Amino acid sequence: MSVENGIGASVRRKEDQRFITGNGHYLDDMNKVGQAYGYFLRSPHAFAKIKSIDLSAAKAAPGVVDIFTGADMVADGIGGLICGWGITSKDGSPHNAPPHNSMAVDAVRHVGDQVAFVIAESLEQAKNASELIEVDYDVQTPVTNIAKALAPGAPQIHEEAPGNLCYDWELGDKAAVDAAFANAAHVSKIDLVNNRLSPNPMEPRAALGEYDMGSGDLTLYTTSQNPHVARLIMSAFLGIAPENKLRVVAPDVGGGFGSKIFVYAEETTTIWAARKINRPVKWTADRSEAFLTDAHGRDHVTHAELAMDNDGKILAFRVSTQANMGAYLSTFASAVPTYLYGTLLSGQYKIPSIYVEVQAGFTNTTPVDAYRGAGRPEATYVVERMMETAARDLGMDPTEFRLKNFIQPDAYPYETPVIMTYDSGDYPLAMNMAKDMIDYSGFAARKAQSEANGKIRGIGTAAYIEACGIAPSAAVGSLGAGVGLWESAEVRFNPTGSVTVFTGSHSHGQGHETTFAQIIADKLGVPIESVEVVHGDTSKVPFGMGTYGSRSLAVGGSAIVKAVDKIVEKSKKIAAHLMEASVEDIEHDHGVFSVAGTDKQMTMGEIAFAAYVPHNYPADLEPGMAENAFYDPLNFTFPAGTHIAEVEIDPSTGIVDIVDWAAVDDFGNVINPMIVEGQVHGGVAQGVGQALLEGVIYDEESGQLLTGSYMDYCMPRADDLPNFRVATTNTPCPSNPLGVKGCGEAGAIAAPAALMNAIVNALGKDINMPATPEKVWRAINNN
Amino acid sequence: MTTVSMTVNGKQVSADIAPNTLLVQFIRENLRLTGTHVGCDTSQCGACTVHVDGDSVKACTMLAVQAEGADVTTIEGLAQNGELHPMQAAFKENHGLQCGFCTPGMIMSAVDLVKRNPNPSEETIRTELEGNICRCTGYHNIVKSVKAAAENMGG
Repeated sequence: MSVENGIGASVRRKEDQRFITGNGHYLDDMNKVGQAYGYFLRSPHAFAKIKSIDLSAAKAAPGVVDIFTGADMVADGIGGLICGWGITSKDGSPHNAPPHNSMAVDAVRHVGDQVAFVIAESLEQAKNASELIEVDYDVQTPVTNIAKALAPGAPQIHEEAPGNLCYDWELGDKAAVDAAFANAAHVSKIDLVNNRLSPNPMEPRAALGEYDMGSGDLTLYTTSQNPHVARLIMSAFLGIAPENKLRVVAPDVGGGFGSKIFVYAEETTTIWAARKINRPVKWTADRSEAFLTDAHGRDHVTHAELAMDNDGKILAFRVSTQANMGAYLSTFASAVPTYLYGTLLSGQYKIPSIYVEVQAGFTNTTPVDAYRGAGRPEATYVVERMMETAARDLGMDPTEFRLKNFIQPDAYPYETPVIMTYDSGDYPLAMNMAKDMIDYSGFAARKAQSEANGKIRGIGTAAYIEACGIAPSAAVGSLGAGVGLWESAEVRFNPTGSVTVFTGSHSHGQGHETTFAQIIADKLGVPIESVEVVHGDTSKVPFGMGTYGSRSLAVGGSAIVKAVDKIVEKSKKIAAHLMEASVEDIEHDHGVFSVAGTDKQMTMGEIAFAAYVPHNYPADLEPGMAENAFYDPLNFTFPAGTHIAEVEIDPSTGIVDIVDWAAVDDFGNVINPMIVEGQVHGGVAQGVGQALLEGVIYDEESGQLLTGSYMDYCMPRADDLPNFRVATTNTPCPSNPLGVKGCGEAGAIAAPAALMNAIVNALGKDINMPATPEKVWRAINNN
Repeated sequence: MTTVSMTVNGKQVSADIAPNTLLVQFIRENLRLTGTHVGCDTSQCGACTVHVDGDSVKACTMLAVQAEGADVTTIEGLAQNGELHPMQAAFKENHGLQCGFCTPGMIMSAVDLVKRNPNPSEETIRTELEGNICRCTGYHNIVKSVKAAAENMGG
């Protein structure tokens, strides 16, 4: 029996109605009676000791309610911000995580670091008063570049991190790799920079803190992807309030891409201050603050080498990376260049041995943490630029080189030399589909045509793999994670047959209100309009881990399925009682319960009603119809696929025109194809942004952020992008009940490598991201 | 303080405001019409786009007093008698939005775009939307939405 609006249908999104009519509830749309406005005085220097702060003139300014500094928070016993993932260095020592106060105590370490929090009756008054604060800075020489920060003699940013080193980590069998290289017929090498990015969700971060003096309850409304995790950290590590007295609500959130996972100084200070002044306090970042303080992404410098035999078979892979952590270690920063990066360096390939070492260090820049893909785009960029370089060195077609080295469809489960066990996939299928879609074999003719028109054409491929559905708690725990990465769900029937689904996942654009409702509609036969999905409020939903790492459906959706299974089990008992049959004889099909071999049946709605009106229940049947589940995944999921980009470059301007894009992704089973395609489009666009347009740039001498607004940081616009051709292959994931793999990050993972390979193919020489017209023009003109 | 009066979504409104109040602040804070969003400080993102006397305007680039006597339409005023504007309907039908934050501004710009270009090419749509930034959709489905709406609006 198929169900309307069930699994596999491109159901139009339930949440859209409020967004297209202007009735969404984003953070800054909320206001509380008696609310005051907070504004942060921020450091104008990249690195300085604070000798003194004089607040007297500012406190006397019109409208000022109060002003707080880092010293006030310390005096109040508020702890520092933490990193939740411990990395162990080669020598067995734990990573260096220097203190990270919400507001500076004795030094500022990046431009934009928090110095004071001014609270006033209006935002304008708070801003005006902040200009009257006198800070006596002892300005130090900053360092923003990771290679320079890790070099001898660099400015020392934290006493606790000698040489600015956070950790020096390794993974893989170094001896085996060295031996393979010693005997290799061919060795290819590449040097890469993975440019620093600013995530830029369109809704800036914001917080609204409220204190109820009567109950002692604190409520923080905030732009979070994971409100329970925020509550846990603020309670357990910062000591803002006991968990039972702190409620964190993330209403409609306008995009996140990772940047709203983290527990930041501003949100923490806002909720703390609300209690201090016993009034609601609201803080909303402007875009400049977002550039200065939203955790950045990427910023790697990498050298990689590939060893091959005479036939072009890969023997070993050796990678060395320096990763910029910024001024402080953000919430999950340490995991990104290690277990989310090194573990993916086998790509889609059978590589007998791999060795990776990563040095992570501090600089006088905004902290760096997970941004869409988090480690996996960096890994894919290294692997796929490497593969194309190696193929070129060998004189082979890059797709043929890949096909020769792919893990084959019959090889699963496949254990890589970097501790991942791939569970399913068909890499040759996706690659061949993508080649057909883009007419790969016709490229030479198209290139000749371009040449005749005075243009340079290139084609480039990325065969990516990622590990998502983050993540099995035991696995991540053994690798240093401080948390488990399961997910929660509750499926609650109302007596009239409608359903409320509570999920620990959080939607900030992904369409969970629709996708999760489709699961309920499909499994329990409830009309989709009768299903309400609730998320983002710690006082409503069971403790959940939130949304990141393309985990919502694979982990959160699986928790919902587990709760549905319990609903079905209970419904069978009720059905058996009401239809006077044995439980074993009750059959269930999409919300219809029938007695085997008879025409007796009841619908889910009838059973739910009976569950709440148990007039003739036996003593051992519990009333009500609501079930809870926590689901801990058995493995990561491994979405993979091939993206092929084709570009045409105008040599007179250096402008790169993306003329075609074919994306073939294996996401396992798909619940809502329309939403999945949209996720691919958006991911590819962010990857194209990284490859062509975006890059956070600091002035190395002063440490000033040069790309602090949309006038300096180039966001992809509609006219920068093509239409995308998107298709999926569907090898079901064997480790979760929905057979799904996760689609949120794939585009951003695949795109930079595919596009840069196309540009390198056109130019015939290496070039670093972003491939701006100037850079491309200079490459063409050897200038 | 100064008094400003205008028509917003068909209703006459009037308020005493500081003369430096931006139109977007007036709309969001005085009128509490929060569908018009603020996504940047530099008039780049377009999330605050509204119509002033029928033309799309970034409401962060204009003082409220400059709209004195004007006829202003915000996203809340686009649907008529409970029926979605064809542009709104097209965004929903074609998955032209994800997080929804840029959407009101995007829709307001798109309505003006189609008014001026009743039968826009894909290239025209992409060029015309240059002043509205979306981080979620990659614009693919936004372009599709605008095209579909233009057809439905009889272009």
